[in-house]
Parts: sequence; C-alpha cells; structure tokens
Amino acid sequence: MAAISREEVAHLARLSRIAVTEEELEMLADQLDVILQAVARIGEVDVADIPPTSHAVPMNNVLREDVVTPCLTPAEALAGAPDVEDDRFRVPRILQEEV
Amino acid sequence: MADLTKMTAVEVAALVASGEASAVEVTQAHLDRIAAVEDRVHAFLHVDAEGAIEAARAVDSQRAAGDQLGLLAGVPVAVKDSFATRGLPTTCGSRMLEGWRPPYDATIVDRLRAAGMVLIGKTNMDEFAMGSSTEFSAFGPTYNPWDLNRSPGGSGGGSAAALAAYEAPLAIGSDTGGSVRQPGAVTGTVGAKPTYGGISRYGLVAFSSSLDTPGPAARTVLDTALLHAAIGGHDPRDSTSIPSALPPLVEAARQGAGGDLSGVRLGLVTEFDSDGIEPGVRSAFREAVDALVKLGAEVVEISCPHFPHALPAYYLIAPAEASSNLARLDGVRFGLRVGDDGSRSMEEVMSLTRDAGFGPEVKRRILLGTYALSSGRYDAYYGHAQKIRTLIMRDFASAFEQADVLLSPTTPSVAFPLGARTEDPQQMHLADLFTVPTNLYGGPAISVPCGLSEGLPVGLQVMAPTMADDRMYRVAAAVEAAVGPLNPPAL
Amino acid sequence: MTTTLPSYDEVVERYEPVIGLETHVELGTRTKMFCGCPTDFGGAPNTRVCPVCLGLPGSLPAANAAAVEATIRIGLALNCSIASWCRFARKNYFYPDIPKNFQISQDDEPLCFDGYLDVDVEGEVVRVGIERVHLEEDTGKTLHVGGAAGRIHGATESLVDYNRAGIPLVEIVTKPVVGTGALAPAVARAYVTELRDVIRSLGVSDVRMEEGSLRCDVNTSLMPVGAEQWGTRTETKNVNSLRSVERAVRSEMLRQATVLDVGGKIIQETRHFHEDTGDTTSGRSKEEATDYRYFPDPDLGPIAPDPAWVAELKESLPELPRLRRKRLQQAWELSDFDMQSIVNAGALDLIEQTVAAGATPAAARKWWLGELSRRANEAGIELADVGATPGQVAELQSLVEAGKLSDKLARVVLEGVLNGEGSPTQVMTARGLEVVSDVGALTAAVDEAIAANPDIVESIRSGRLAAAGALVGAVMKSTRGQADAKAVRELILSRLGVEG
Ligand SMILES: [Mg+2]
Ligand SMILES: [Zn+2]
Repeated sequence: MAAISREEVAHLARLSRIAVTEEELEMLADQLDVILQAVARIGEVDVADIPPTSHAVPMNNVLREDVVTPCLTPAEALAGAPDVEDDRFRVPRILQEEV
Repeated sequence: MADLTKMTAVEVAALVASGEASAVEVTQAHLDRIAAVEDRVHAFLHVDAEGAIEAARAVDSQRAAGDQLGLLAGVPVAVKDSFATRGLPTTCGSRMLEGWRPPYDATIVDRLRAAGMVLIGKTNMDEFAMGSSTEFSAFGPTYNPWDLNRSPGGSGGGSAAALAAYEAPLAIGSDTGGSVRQPGAVTGTVGAKPTYGGISRYGLVAFSSSLDTPGPAARTVLDTALLHAAIGGHDPRDSTSIPSALPPLVEAARQGAGGDLSGVRLGLVTEFDSDGIEPGVRSAFREAVDALVKLGAEVVEISCPHFPHALPAYYLIAPAEASSNLARLDGVRFGLRVGDDGSRSMEEVMSLTRDAGFGPEVKRRILLGTYALSSGRYDAYYGHAQKIRTLIMRDFASAFEQADVLLSPTTPSVAFPLGARTEDPQQMHLADLFTVPTNLYGGPAISVPCGLSEGLPVGLQVMAPTMADDRMYRVAAAVEAAVGPLNPPAL
Repeated sequence: MTTTLPSYDEVVERYEPVIGLETHVELGTRTKMFCGCPTDFGGAPNTRVCPVCLGLPGSLPAANAAAVEATIRIGLALNCSIASWCRFARKNYFYPDIPKNFQISQDDEPLCFDGYLDVDVEGEVVRVGIERVHLEEDTGKTLHVGGAAGRIHGATESLVDYNRAGIPLVEIVTKPVVGTGALAPAVARAYVTELRDVIRSLGVSDVRMEEGSLRCDVNTSLMPVGAEQWGTRTETKNVNSLRSVERAVRSEMLRQATVLDVGGKIIQETRHFHEDTGDTTSGRSKEEATDYRYFPDPDLGPIAPDPAWVAELKESLPELPRLRRKRLQQAWELSDFDMQSIVNAGALDLIEQTVAAGATPAAARKWWLGELSRRANEAGIELADVGATPGQVAELQSLVEAGKLSDKLARVVLEGVLNGEGSPTQVMTARGLEVVSDVGALTAAVDEAIAANPDIVESIRSGRLAAAGALVGAVMKSTRGQADAKAVRELILSRLGVEG
C-alpha cells in the first residue's frame, strides 16, 4: 500500500504554496512514497519515555538587552524586492483574509 | 618564486607577512588559476576579482603602514554561496535567489574580512544545500578535479573542488548532514564540521537550523584549524552560539602533526561496518587506523545501537525545519517572482514563484517536511525523529566514555560519476550515512584524506565530543602526518 | 427572506452565551522582539527594519530580555503560574505581512498560564479565568489599494510596510466565560477594560486600542438554557474599541439566536465586526483548514525563568487597579456610582495626586470632574492633557479655602493657569484678583452703597432681608468682584443694625 496518496501530496503542495503541475504531482507522489516508506522504519524503535531533542547544545535564557541597533535604510531594505511602490513592498491582490 | 597557488595558507600568509609576496600578487595568482581551470571545474558561481584585489591592497597597505597583520592576512578564501555577502550575489544555488545581493554580511564573512583574508568568490552548491553531489545546483554541476566525470560531493562541492583545483587555499562550507566533510573526502581535501554553536550561523541561509554548522575547509589540517579559529567563537546574533571560548585548535593541530598519539583511544563503531563500504575505501581506512596505532593509539570496538536510525531521523528533522526555513522565499521582499501579470492573486503568484524557483530535490524535501510536521502526523514523524535524536546523542555519550574519538570512513564510496545517483534520491542519501549522526549529536567531526582507492581519494572521519574540537584536530593532524598529503592531479 | 429578529431579552431567556477573549498587546519595549530595531509608533514605511525583521535569508532571531520580563509581569498580575521551562514555537502560514511566513510564537508551552482576573460588572464580581499568556511577534502592516476604503475586498494590489513586523506582542487568552447570561456583553467589555488598566499600571504598554497596541478577538457561542453541550463558536475580529467589544458580543448573540431559532447551524468561522453598523459579517472562508505545523523554534533556546527572580517580580508588582480603586473609594467615602464616574473620566490618578497635594477628596473631585472635564471635553482632549497639574489644582483650592479667592475668581485664575501664566498664586497676584479683605476699604464701599440706595435700605430695615442682595451686588460691582460676597452681606446687615 502506498504510504501517501496523490491527494495528500496535492494538499501538502497547497500548504507549502508550490503550484505543482499534474506531471510533477505524479512524480513527487511516487518519490515521496519511497522516501516515506524508508523513514517510517524509525517507527519500529521504542521511544516510550524518551524525551525529544530540539536543540543539539541546549542553552537556557539566551536573551538580548533591549538596546536599539542600526536599521537598514529603506533603499537597502527595498533593493532586492521584485516590486516596490511608495517605499512599500507591492504584492498582487490578496484573496485570503488576514490570519 | 614557487607557485603561490600550490602553497598552504600558512605558507602564503608567511610570505605576505614577510613581504616576500604581496597580497595582491597572491590574489592575482589565484584569479589567474581560476581563469585557467574554471571552465572545466565550475567551482564558483561568482568570482569577485575586483573586490578581492581591493581587499588584498588593503592588506598590503596595512603591512606597509607597519600594522599587525592577522595570521591569515592576504590569504584568499572561497565562500559557499549559502552565506550572505553584502553586495555580492548569494544564490544558494537556486533560481529563487538569482540576482539577490544581501544588504548584510554573515558573521563569518565579517570575521574573515576583519582578519585580512581575501574573499575571492562564492562557490557552487546543491540548491539550498540539499544534495550530496552539487548536481542539484540550478547553475550546473561542479566537476571533481580528480576526475572531471565525477562529482566533487555535496552540497559544498564547489568549495571542495576550489581547494582541490588550487583555486583557493581556504574555503568555507556549511554542514547539515555532511556537506563539508563528504566533499572533502571525495576531493582529497580537509573539511570540518565544528561543534554546533562553535561558529556563528548568522548569515548562513538556513537549511535545517538545529543541524546546520558552518565549517572550515583547506588542503591541510593546520590551515583548517587556523581558519576555524579565525571565524569561530561566540556571536550574540546567533542565539545558539556557545558563549565560551574555542578550545586551542591550532595548538592541537600542531601537536597532532608531531605524530605522538600515546594513550589516545580510537573508537570504531561496529554499526558502521557494513557491506555498503567499498573495498578500496575499507582498506585505505584500515591502513590509516593501523598507522595511528603505530603512533601509540589504542583501538576500541564500540556499539552505537541507534546509529542505523540516524539517516531516517535526519530525513525527517532536516526537511521539517527546511520546510519552515524556506517559506520566506515567496517573491515578496527579495528574489524571484513569477506570474505577476496583473490578473493573478498574491496566492497564485506566490505558488507559481515557488514552483518555478525551486528544483525537484528542494520541492521533495519541502513536501516531506510539511508532511512530517502536519497535524496528526507530528508525533509519528517529527516528534518521533527528535526522540531518536536523543537516543543517538546517548549513544555518542556512552561511546565517548570508552574512546577519546570515534573513527570511520567519511563516506562509503569514493567520488561517484556525475548523473549516477540523481534519479535515485535514496542512493544519493547513502553518501551521508557516516556523517549524519554527528549532526544529530552536535559534536565536531572532520574528514581528512587517508589514501587512495583506484586513484581516487578516500576520507577518514574523526568524531569528537561536543566542545572537544581540539582533540579532533589533534587526531586528524596525526592521520595527515602518517598518510602524507594526496596531491591532486594537475588539470 | 424575512425573519423576525428576536429581542435581546428573548435571546437571553432562551440561550446561555459562552464567551472567550483573545487579546494581543504590543509591548512598549525600546526594541523589537527579536532584533534591535526601534518600536516607536509611526515612521516612514520600511525605515525601522533590518535583515532579521525583514526575514532575509540567513538572519537569526535574538530574544529581547525586556519583553520576557514584561510578559512574566503581566502573567503575575493576572494571577498566572509562570512556566519553569518553555520554548518559542514557529506558527507556519503564508501571508505577505509575515516576513518569514512563520510567526515566532508559543504553542503548548506558554510563558504564563492558569490565572484569573476579577472584574466588577453591575455590582457583581465576575472572575474571568486566564488560560494562557504568551509572547510572540507582530506582523507588518498591509495597505490595500484599489478597493473601497482600504478594504481587502475589491483591492487590486496591496503594499506592505514592515515597521511593525517583529514588535513584541503578548497574547492573553481567557478560559471560556460561562454563566454570565444577559451580562455577557458587559462582562466582555469590563474584562478588556480591566485588562487594559492592569497592563497600563504595569507600565509595559500604552495599551491604546485606537492605535492598535491593544487588539481584541471575541469568541461567542450560544447553547439552549439548561444544555450541557456548548454551541459552535465564532471568532469576531476587528473589534477596535471597548464599546465595540460589548457591541460585538451582543450583535453576535442576536445573530446566532436568529440562526438557531429557525433550526439553522452556526458555522465555526471568523467574522468581522463593523464599527459603523455594529454588525458582524463572515470572513471569506479558507479553501482548506489551516494547519499551522507548530514546532519548537530551533533558532531560540528555552526560557527557564529563575524562580527567585519571578518571586522578586511578583513582590515588586504595583498595586493593581481594582484593589487601588476599592481602597480609594473607601478612603474618599464615595458611592460605586461616583467612583465609576471618576474612573470613566480618567480622573483617578489626577484626583489621587491632587489629594496628595493637600486638597480634600471632595474638592479635588469637584475640580477635575467639573470645570476641568468640561474644558477637556470642549477641547476634545484627555483630561490628563488639559494643562493643569494636580499640584496647581490643590493650590487653587487652598486659595479658595483661605478666603483669598471666591469660586468665581478661582475659575478666572484657573483660566490664567491653563493659559500658562504661572501658578495660581502668581496668576491671582498678577491679575490683581485677590478677594478684598481690607475691612476699612470694604466698609467704605458698603457705606457708599447704603447712601446711594435709601429705598433698598428702607426695605431691609422693614424686614425684607432678601433685598440686601441688591446692595451686595452694588458692592461687588464697585470692588470689581474681588470682595467675598458673604462677608459683604454680613457687613451691610451689621452697618444697618439688622440681625441676619
Ligand atoms: Mg497570536
Ligand atoms: Zn529589525
């Protein structure tokens, strides 16, 4: 049985904002299936009572003092933008309401 | 004068310091070499001839003014294209960032500039460091100077090839699962993954934040240690940067070169002893271990029962973090934008941009990572992998009670032919079999040349406990002293 | 379709509301949450940005210590437990105002949790449970162009300014508030008001709803009275004033009841509140359920506040607004109603300081709620910005009480103070407004008035004491109002030998 369906891959692509073509979708579904079957092996390892590791070298309370540092100039900030209007980053019309 | 490009960084720096060669001469020699071989090697995505000469001039005038020069002043360095360089292209091997010139320098770039090193160019890499052959660069592969039909490894194949092709004596890479060590191994050069947090990640375009480690590379262990010392140490801009001082790396490398390893316990991991290791790699590795025993070291067999799960755990953790890290590549603030024809919505344009801008390997990993983090799957995938990570860290902790360092071949095979593995992601991933565990653990590891197999270089990996990077350099330098340098063929 | 809308009374007779509030507060730290860019309100677009808050590739966050401390203080003031160890988490979603396409927030490990806030509503104390208080970063600001009135609907493009992106944001989430019945809208408003005052008293934010430094989302659901199972809730956004909080809950209760009454189903959705109509409308539904894929942020280490430090922070909390109000109300001997007027007028601090400067509570209250409130209202400004200090008001009052100023003259002096002419004493002296208390001068003026008005004098002598008012008026006129009217009256009567 396949570890992942084509529909699931399409859902993942939408979640990750990648407009995959039908052809790509087909290929990706096959490849992801193979990879997922391989990585699913870790499920066989008993990890009951094992805490997860999120940081290789854990250090608590790494905090910065509340001190102002220099900003970029607007020119620097906007230099790499694909589209700029009135010193703001221009994007096409947004469909989705703000989250 | 002898060929400036064939020298070590230490030798070049000494000539510059004494005035026997100017930094400009050194830089020009390397630019000339680049011009001569680059069409065959393609190590660089961008060569900054003008900036390099300017930086070299500054070193020469500092010297003329009688200023104290840094230990590596005037030495050219090639930087992987995953590091932000102010005003210089930084593409990460991706169409997504083609043409982007960051408005800031990565911390390591700040530091190498401050030390008087000459940034000569940005090196080729697998797109966003995802790959083990540099063939996933959107701008074409890099060719292994030992055999131009073979891959120089990856993701940092450009940096390793630049060293092997004598285009630069020093290079910087980034190692998430082996991307500095594995290219080092298959190009006969030295590449280190320092302790996580030992070198600042600020300005390194993130692939997998909890695994990424900037790493120094060179043709000798001592040069590598010097570069590590120059760019490493605490950086408040990276909250995962370790606040204590680096251990004495350069001293350790010099000590190891002295050839005495009396009482040093070398651990060999039984789980690594698989059929997947090429015979030539196995024998070169064995011979090197024997040579170390002659220097006074002892060998201990150690079991690390969870190491076989490292690669699958890595292939969940790294893509999961990558799926989040690469979300910012959306065509709003920088980089590529596709399909904005006035009729399409922001959502459509963003999705078209990401489809056009990312290559197949990056898409695979983003989708895989999104899957591993998604609602209802987190515990079985990402969460589970993080627990495996804990088990692997425990394996290391117990191994380092029995041995001072662990040794393994860096990769199971020598450089593979271009195109051999691009269609088979699983095969490609096997190149990282021995390097991935240390990324999950966080400790330092280095690849040092240990011989040839059928005329191609073999790398030996030295793994050390977290913060014991000095121990790693000591043993690596002893390997180098025992085996001798491998001289890449002239191109 | 015509439906008869039920009245509010009918709604609360049949349904029990359950509400919940999610409040976001921008902290007043000097710098942003994860970078050193300044946080000042306003500023030309994209002038307060750096690689970190623009989410440029390679940049890394570094957490602001002051923001962590402020959040813990808010948690303590809300009677929360403080986590002994917690992490930042990434909330992943794509939106152009969020530079990294993930928000650094907290997921199941909030910095503060399980607290409460008591609020007074119509003489009752309602305890609102606090689920969690966590720290996150604000988004940039999006300007929608080409549509009506800057709204997203119908816009042809949007322009993004990241000055606000990365400003520390504290999210405060209540537990579901059950059993408040018809009072639910008032409870919602009282809660946000009290929360605002608590945070203001801590000095960690200016909590101005109109500037967006306090933002509120309101969850509302209805269940039939006596039911055990809560109804489906909606989340109302864009609630930008205290009054709107109350209106939004009320309007959502009415709307849901209308749907439920005809057997309809409430959809779990986001709704938008409209200030002008007082209605909510459905937000555009998302094509798929959002999956934020939270995971611990690998770029930031855990926060593990030292318990001794937390105890110190708790010890040093200021007196909280509700307790302070109770104390002052008692000390000033005020009714609930009078106290509420003071609070509503924003006069509490001013009156307290005026009393501290020597005035009686009654006098301080009279000035601030009377003449000064009137002027502030006229000018359309906050009472605190009206131009008089509590010290000046206390001084003015002391002049009245010493008999140097009549009430009427005191108002003239106040005018001078507000004009910046100096302290009340200086204004009084400079304008020559001091009450005439020289008995000789006053007697002369009285005698003059008596001589000039024989008819009135006759009338007074014949027992019509009220007629003395006309003579007082004449004296006041000749002294340009600077005499004390009461003293003048007494003097007239005594000169005429009449018992007052
Ligand atoms: Mg929030
Ligand atoms: Zn910033």
